[in-house]
Amino acid sequence: METLAQSRRRFVNWLMGTGFGAMAVWMLYPVVRYLVPPQSGEPRVANVTLPWKPVEIKANSGRIFRFGSQPGILVKTPAGELRAFSAVCTHLNCTVQYRDDRQDIWCACHNGVYDLNGKNISGPPPRPLEPYKVFVKGDQIVVSRGA
Amino acid sequence: MTPRPRSWRDLVRAADAWVQERVDLSGIREVIRHKVVPVHRHTLWYYFGGMTLFLFGIQVCTGILLLLYYRPSAEEAYESVQFIMTEVQFGWLIRSIHSWSANLMIATLMIHLFSVYFLQAYRKPRELTWVSGMFLFGLALTFGFSGYLLPWNELAYFATKVGTDVAGQVPLVGPLLTRVLRGGEDVTGATLSRFYGIHVAILPAFTTAILGVHLFLVQQQGMSVPPAIERSGRPVPSMPFVPNFLLRDLVGWLSALAVLGGLAAYFPWELGVKADPFAPAPAGIRPEWYFMYMFQTLKYLPAKIGPVDGEMVGVMGFGLGGLFLLLVPFLDRRSARGEKSPLFFWIGVGIVTYMVVLSALGYLAPGGK
Repeated sequence: METLAQSRRRFVNWLMGTGFGAMAVWMLYPVVRYLVPPQSGEPRVANVTLPWKPVEIKANSGRIFRFGSQPGILVKTPAGELRAFSAVCTHLNCTVQYRDDRQDIWCACHNGVYDLNGKNISGPPPRPLEPYKVFVKGDQIVVSRGA
Repeated sequence: MTPRPRSWRDLVRAADAWVQERVDLSGIREVIRHKVVPVHRHTLWYYFGGMTLFLFGIQVCTGILLLLYYRPSAEEAYESVQFIMTEVQFGWLIRSIHSWSANLMIATLMIHLFSVYFLQAYRKPRELTWVSGMFLFGLALTFGFSGYLLPWNELAYFATKVGTDVAGQVPLVGPLLTRVLRGGEDVTGATLSRFYGIHVAILPAFTTAILGVHLFLVQQQGMSVPPAIERSGRPVPSMPFVPNFLLRDLVGWLSALAVLGGLAAYFPWELGVKADPFAPAPAGIRPEWYFMYMFQTLKYLPAKIGPVDGEMVGVMGFGLGGLFLLLVPFLDRRSARGEKSPLFFWIGVGIVTYMVVLSALGYLAPGGK
């Protein structure tokens, strides 16, 4: 049979236990939230005008451009067609480059290879590169999301 | 009136008596007097823990010196390391020693880890020593990974992109983990600030605490004698820790210091090209040697294994491998009873072989371009 003193002790233990527990949560919560970085306030870029003229770009070459905070790659195929993709490798986030000797898009980090349609054709990448639309207006090249 | 001390020896004795009158240090003296190290054909391996500790000490000292000039921002980090290497007197020496010693420390730590593994020193009653040691190993790798980014060069930038993306493969919390590690969606100056804080404050704090536990346990339990030698039944001779073993330690440390000085002078650590988030990953990119076997594995894994992404399988595999090593004292029941444990011996051989072969392939296999 529990005496009054024991029952009181149990109550006080419970009160202190939950009190300290709640205090720990109360102190840890802001710390945990602090560690998670805020969403960046930058708007998602829909299109960019590249700093190059179409005539400057040789056939069978590729250039990296800035698409918002991400790199994109502009490729001029050997046939002279301009294409653009996200330059972020779908494997582990490295930045890809154009290989003129093999006419493909290559990621140096883990040897992933994409063809000139952005399709993953060899190595570890699991998905194709995200394609962008390319418009040529006079001597301007505009790249926009969604192809 | 006390007689005036005549020589420095008397002076030390007087100072000693002065302290002893106020603080009782006889317990510590007893411990030092009675600490012994077993002498047998595997005694050599006992030196690698102390060697790792010595190199860690070098890291702390040179790290503090580098702090005086280093600036942790994307705009200034590379330039500040360049300044250290070219303008600051002996800056090249301090930074090269910091980089070389980090690598040697990981090497001696791995030798220490696997020698303890193969001598089954993790067996009862030293399970907690092993577990604390595995935590220190994890901390050392995190030190290496976070420190690698700080010069903000091209190699480090992409290594960090890959490394933090790998963390994103962890089920459920992966994407959040990547964001927390990067301090945002991408590897930016925010990542640099974060890695700097981790490298110079968070990791040292944890390391100090766990290292304290590790050394305390080693001190409490003494050195483990390999089971094969224990089973032979012959008495194991020993040598006093102070001064016999400590002086031998000292020879090793002085040699390490000489090697470090030589490496820093003849092979100063390179700084490379400043990181540019809008440049492609350079050909021949690779991580530090102690991550090489993982890097090479990620290259070989196909895009999909069954329904799962290949890299996810790799990351889970390494996670399970690490967990196995962490828990080995509790899995290996036979060595806990002092019996032979060939299964765990061969698993260890398998792990080491895998790491060595994949690392070698990483350096020898053609890069692609």
